[in-house]
This record gives sequence, C-alpha cells and structure tokens, in this order.
Amino acid sequence: MDTTTLTKNTEAVSTQPVKVSARDVKVFYGAKRALHGVNVDVYKNEVLALIGPSGCGKSTFLRTLNRMNDTIDICRVEGKILLDGQDIYDPKLDVVQLRARVGMVFQKPNPFPKSIYDNIIYGPKLHGLATRKDEFDEIVERSLKRAGLWNEVKDRLQEPGTGLSGGQQQRLCIARAVAVSPEVILMDEPCSALDPIATAHIEELIDELRESFTIAIVTHNMQQAARVSQRTAFFHLGDLVEVGNTEEIFTNPRDERTQGYITGRYG
Amino acid sequence: MVTEHTVKSFEQELQRLSNQIAQMGGVVEAQVEAAVQAVGRRDVEGATKVMQGDARLDEFERQIEHDAIRMLALRAPVGVDLREVLVALKISADLERTGDYAANIAKRSIALAQLPVMRPAAAIPRMGRLVQEMLKEVLDAYIDRDVEKAIAAWHRDAELDDLYTSLFREVLTYMMEDPRNITPCTHLLFIAKNLERAGDHATNIAENIHYLVKGQPLNAERPKGDRSSFTVLDSDVVVGSPEQR
Repeated sequence: MDTTTLTKNTEAVSTQPVKVSARDVKVFYGAKRALHGVNVDVYKNEVLALIGPSGCGKSTFLRTLNRMNDTIDICRVEGKILLDGQDIYDPKLDVVQLRARVGMVFQKPNPFPKSIYDNIIYGPKLHGLATRKDEFDEIVERSLKRAGLWNEVKDRLQEPGTGLSGGQQQRLCIARAVAVSPEVILMDEPCSALDPIATAHIEELIDELRESFTIAIVTHNMQQAARVSQRTAFFHLGDLVEVGNTEEIFTNPRDERTQGYITGRYG
Repeated sequence: MVTEHTVKSFEQELQRLSNQIAQMGGVVEAQVEAAVQAVGRRDVEGATKVMQGDARLDEFERQIEHDAIRMLALRAPVGVDLREVLVALKISADLERTGDYAANIAKRSIALAQLPVMRPAAAIPRMGRLVQEMLKEVLDAYIDRDVEKAIAAWHRDAELDDLYTSLFREVLTYMMEDPRNITPCTHLLFIAKNLERAGDHATNIAENIHYLVKGQPLNAERPKGDRSSFTVLDSDVVVGSPEQR
C-alpha cells in the first residue's frame, strides 16, 4: 500500500505533526462494505469535522479510531490506523489503554447513574491514575473546569449527574472524557440533542479543548462543522470524497458531490 | 450530480437574483447607448430621458441588495451559492455605478449641445461602442457562466484605455490652442473619463464572473492602458493645431 497517496485536496495541511493517520481503511459489516478505503490524517491540536449524508460511513470511520467497532461481532476492519505512528489494530495492543488515549463523546449525553463526582473519577480510577482523595478531588475540579462546568456544579458534586440539564450533561460527559487525559477526543454528533445556547457552549468548549487535544467530530450540522473545525472531510457512500481546509470546503469545494451536499442539492 | 436544490424556493430565489442582474444589465446597456447617442446627436430630450432613467437602476440595486442580504441571513448559503449571492451584490454595484456614468454623460451632453462642436467629440461614439460591447459581453458571460468570454471582454479594456489616452492628449491641445475651447473640451474629457471608468467596471464584472465560476480570484494583472495620468504636454510641442503636428 502506498502510504503517501491521500485523497485529493489534502495538501491543505497543518504545520502540526500528524496525530492520527488512516491508511486504506475498509470496514465491513458482514458482507457489506461500509468504507471503501479511507486515507486521511488528523493533525495534532486540530478539529477535523466529518460530514456527509446518513449512512455515508462517517460515524463508522470515527468509531474505527478507538476500535469501538470491536464491540460489533460482524464488523471487520482492514487497513491501518496509526496513532503517533503506532498501529492501533495491533493484536498486542491493550484496547482499554487505547480508549484512555482516544476518548469519545456520544450523541446523547450518557452520564452514569452516579454522582457528578463519581462520573468524573470513574475513568481515572479504572486506569489507576490516582489513589488518594485529594488527587481525585483535583482531577474532578480540573476536568469540570476544562469542560466549563465547574462553576455551575461545584456546590453539588454529590448530586446525580442525570439531574443536570441536557447541555450540562453533555459537558459532564466531556469532563469525564478529559478526566483520563486523553490525547484524542472523538465526538459523534455531540450537540444534536441540545438547544442553540447549550450548543454554543459546547462549540466554545471544543475550541478551547483543541489547545490540549486532537479532536475529530461527526456532525450533521454543516454550520457547526464550519464553525468549529479547521479541516473538514466529506464522506459519501463509504468513500472519503474530499478533505481540506474548512474554509475552502465551504466556499469552493472541488468535488461536485461535496458541492451538492453542502449547498443542499443532494438528490 | 450537482442538480437543483432540494429546497425549491431557494433555487427560485437564486434564479431570481440572477435574472435581476441580467435585467439590470440590459437597462445599463441601454442607458449607456442612449447617453452616447445624445452626445453625438446633441439630443437634449434623449439626454433628459437617460437622466430620469437612472432612478430605475438605483431601484434595481436596492432590490438586489435586499434579496441578497435576505438570502445570506435566511439561507446561510455556502459553496457556489455563497459565491452567487456575493457576486450578485458586487455586480449590481458595478452596474449601478456604470448607470451613474451614463447619467453624467447625458447631463454633460446637454451642456455640450449649447456649445460649438469640437473635433475630438468624434472619438466619443467609438469609445461608447466599445463600452457597450464590453458590457454586452460580460453580461452574456454572466448569464452563460462563461469564464472565457468574460476574460475576452476583460482584455478589451486596454483598447478602451488607449482610446481614452489619445483623446485626452487631443483635448489638451485644443484647450491650449484657444481658451474658449476649455468649457466644451472639459465636458468631453469628463465624458471620456466616464466611459473609461465604465470599462473598468465591466472588467470588475468579468473578474467576478471568474470568481463565481472558478471559486478563485482572477490572478492576472489587469491590462492598464490609461496613461493619461502620466501625460505632461510641453507647450512648445503642442503649439498650433493638432493637424499641423
């Protein structure tokens, strides 16, 4: 496989090093092929938006980045996904460890039915990142501050996470994801269940998180992709059609299919 | 694969915007033609009509601006749609300004009609024709989304600039010859300058068509043939009528 061959429009590169590299990634659900050989790089400290119509493979691709597809029996992944140059599908690799490095935030906020405090320390405890109470306290405060939630919940850390508003719950999930100090955060439609104000909070948060993390986000909201990402990848029928600077994708896309999709001419 | 918008009303709005530009362009062409004719024929009535007709162009521009802003706010267009809306805004401004030049030419033609005929006036219809042709070509190029045609029109601006530069020199000599020529010659000079500027706006339109279709600005240096800004006439050289030189 020629690892230098990328989909067109990838010359719009960041000056940052490559964090995640997908090479000829194919995904099968049983006999059905969901991704037809995706090549894309995600640069350190960038937000890459994955857009495309339903069933185009964008979520499937996102899930390959931390092996979430492993949980689906009939799912098979071919090709290479490199995290800092290391193949994450290497059989010797510890998947639990991988998911600590590559965290995920889902479409619907899914806090555990536990207190806000316990939601945050769940991961650090599992990975043995702390042992003493003061260490956990510090992780909780730092994570909630990073997720922009600290001031709203600092006086009720023992209350259940499920009692928060939708937007707060999603920020709690982001706090939970950052608590284990991941390197990459995957977001699968993190704002689709939120109102515009809660969405704006999350978008602002994504922009801040970019300083410390590398982020890949799937969104159906193209304006959101335009607002939060530096680069955008357009998927269609299992192909990565085009990836490039977000500004260019939204003013002058090269591929007719991208043009059709972003301008609402998708038939 | 790029076909019509799923949302048909958006498609219709874009089409209407484009039609308005085409219509406005047609009116501007007619205004320039009538204004130049009024100069040649010393036709005060025709000139008055041109001056009155300018209000219609202002109305066109207001309407296009209104529709474009509305689409930016409500449709949040991207890609080629965004370029359509932006370019419509810019072209309407160029057309409106070209209309102003036509109105100013008409106004000056009324003054000229009351003054003796000046020989350099013969160059005005030539410049006028060239401007009309450039306008027609860029408007056709806009309607057909034809970059080649737009660039061809864009190149013709050099020809217009050459005409202007030579007229400028000629008019100066007439003014130096006899101070009584200064009034009509000044009007002629402004008329020619108006036409030269109208040509520049036609090139702007051509550049916008390039951006609309290609998504990239036209990166070439525009041919600039108007050298009148650098013209210095030595009185020794221009003594006597131009014919004697």
